[in-house]
Amino acid sequence: MSRRWSRYQIEVGVLRVLRPLTIAFFVLISVFPFYYMVMLAMRDISEVLQDPGALVPPLSQLSLTPFKEVLRPTSQGGDGFTHFLLNSAGLATATVIVTLAVSVLGAYAVARLQFFGRRKVSVLFLSVYLFPPVLLAIPLFVVFSRLGLRGQLPVLVIVYVAQTVPVCVYMLRNYFQTVPRSLEEAAEVDGAKRLAVIRYVTLPLAMPAVAATGLLVFMVAWNEFLFALLFLADDPSHWTVSLGLNQLKNIETPATVLMAGSVIITIPVIVLFLLSERLITEGLTQGAEKG
Amino acid sequence: MVSPTFVVILVMVILPVLWAVILSFKQIRLIDLQHVNLFSGPYTVSNYTDLLGSSAFLTPLRTTVEYSVFGTMGSIVLGLAAALAVRSKFPGRGVVRGVMLLPWVAPVVAVTFVWTILLSPQLGFVDAVGTRFAGWKSPIPFLSQQHGTISLFGVGIGVPTALLVVIAFESWRSFPFAFLFILARLQAIPPELEEAARSDGATPTQVFRYIILPQLMGVIALIAVLRFIFTFNDFDSIYLLTGGGAGTQVLATQVYSFLSARADVGGAAAVATFMAALLCVILVVYMKVFGGKEEEV
Repeated sequence: MSRRWSRYQIEVGVLRVLRPLTIAFFVLISVFPFYYMVMLAMRDISEVLQDPGALVPPLSQLSLTPFKEVLRPTSQGGDGFTHFLLNSAGLATATVIVTLAVSVLGAYAVARLQFFGRRKVSVLFLSVYLFPPVLLAIPLFVVFSRLGLRGQLPVLVIVYVAQTVPVCVYMLRNYFQTVPRSLEEAAEVDGAKRLAVIRYVTLPLAMPAVAATGLLVFMVAWNEFLFALLFLADDPSHWTVSLGLNQLKNIETPATVLMAGSVIITIPVIVLFLLSERLITEGLTQGAEKG
Repeated sequence: MVSPTFVVILVMVILPVLWAVILSFKQIRLIDLQHVNLFSGPYTVSNYTDLLGSSAFLTPLRTTVEYSVFGTMGSIVLGLAAALAVRSKFPGRGVVRGVMLLPWVAPVVAVTFVWTILLSPQLGFVDAVGTRFAGWKSPIPFLSQQHGTISLFGVGIGVPTALLVVIAFESWRSFPFAFLFILARLQAIPPELEEAARSDGATPTQVFRYIILPQLMGVIALIAVLRFIFTFNDFDSIYLLTGGGAGTQVLATQVYSFLSARADVGGAAAVATFMAALLCVILVVYMKVFGGKEEEV
């Protein structure tokens, strides 16, 4: 008994030290690259080359010049990021609207209606992610090239919708299932049709969740790189932020300017994520809690 | 009501997949796109037979499997450790949890660039610290060095440097995903189970081994499948970090280089079709081997 007790004490003691260290380690690896990104974006490239190991550069070295440089239109010698930001914002917003419109009814049907294979449908939708995006990209690239539509932003919206609909249906279904059925039944007793029930009962109750799902779709579209690279690379006026940043790298842009671009494209995503973190994570992991 | 959803999936996913399979049996180059007949024959298996003996296929195939297996393991190990560490309450827990999701939500282009610069031999932080404090003789070009040597107790061990770096990157970027799912499952474990074990004198590692871990196996198996699929199909991280150089060419980046550098649509479709087929086989085998066990948990 006494040996066992001592093992217990040792383990508890070790864990008491180990746990804060582990937490510190994970916070460090999660935050450090972002800190480094911001810090580098505010320094001058020649100073970075002289002292690449500096973590806390003197305040006098910091400036916002790289940010101005990256945002200025190309006509004025800048990198034209403002234009890329507008492209991405428009593209992502359109994707959110279409994806939600397409997913809401499907998710409701999977959550509520009784039909053959109901349980299988959402799994079936999710199996879309089994296919390598590069596999889908080839025929889509071929067909849109042939139709002469490849460089058009609306075409990319359709591609993004198809990529985000499955996870959207899955999350919305999880949320809809939490809306008490009795509320819907009460509306039906009062004579409301199915669509009216969705419109006036289910959707308003699930609204925060629908908004969170929309924000997730926005982030996915904003971050997307492969399809943008394949479809939009030819025409700089259609570049998205991710693609634009990558093209800047290819023309030997200074690291500090690249970092300024990275900060600019990361900030909107982090802000949106902080707004919706709890709902997004709950919607994604709902199934996992049951094991 | 499912029909609009279904139509989108059918038109933008299922039809393209089938069509990609057809394309993989045809000899098509990018230049021919405007006039070649995209549906009917002649069909040929030469795209596939060309691949089988070619190192442009077999090497990336092996790299893809290594990248997926170790990237998946890395993200699960990190995610599990993180979830266990923040499991019980402490001040600032919500903030810590949110912060740990950053690698996963940030744009892949932005985070790959930070890594590229952190690891750059000229202006990177890692090499600066390594040469100044860790006694490295010269900066290590992490992302362009195919084979490196680390000496351990005087014995040099060969390591695929760039491949290890992209695996580390993928583990770092996706550990929050594993973390989220494991944490959600951890918080659903009834506390009575552990209390009972502890009052019987079980030590923390015993509680973990015999109480917690068995409860987590189901969710870990699920994450393993999902992460494996995503990592296997991943294009962005490798393309953006190394461009597929220095021994990191995977099938997804090979498809892209077939398409862009060789303008070989048929060959690209063949590699991509092979990827999807291999993934299906791996998943079926996985379900056969582990499927029964999962239901018991």
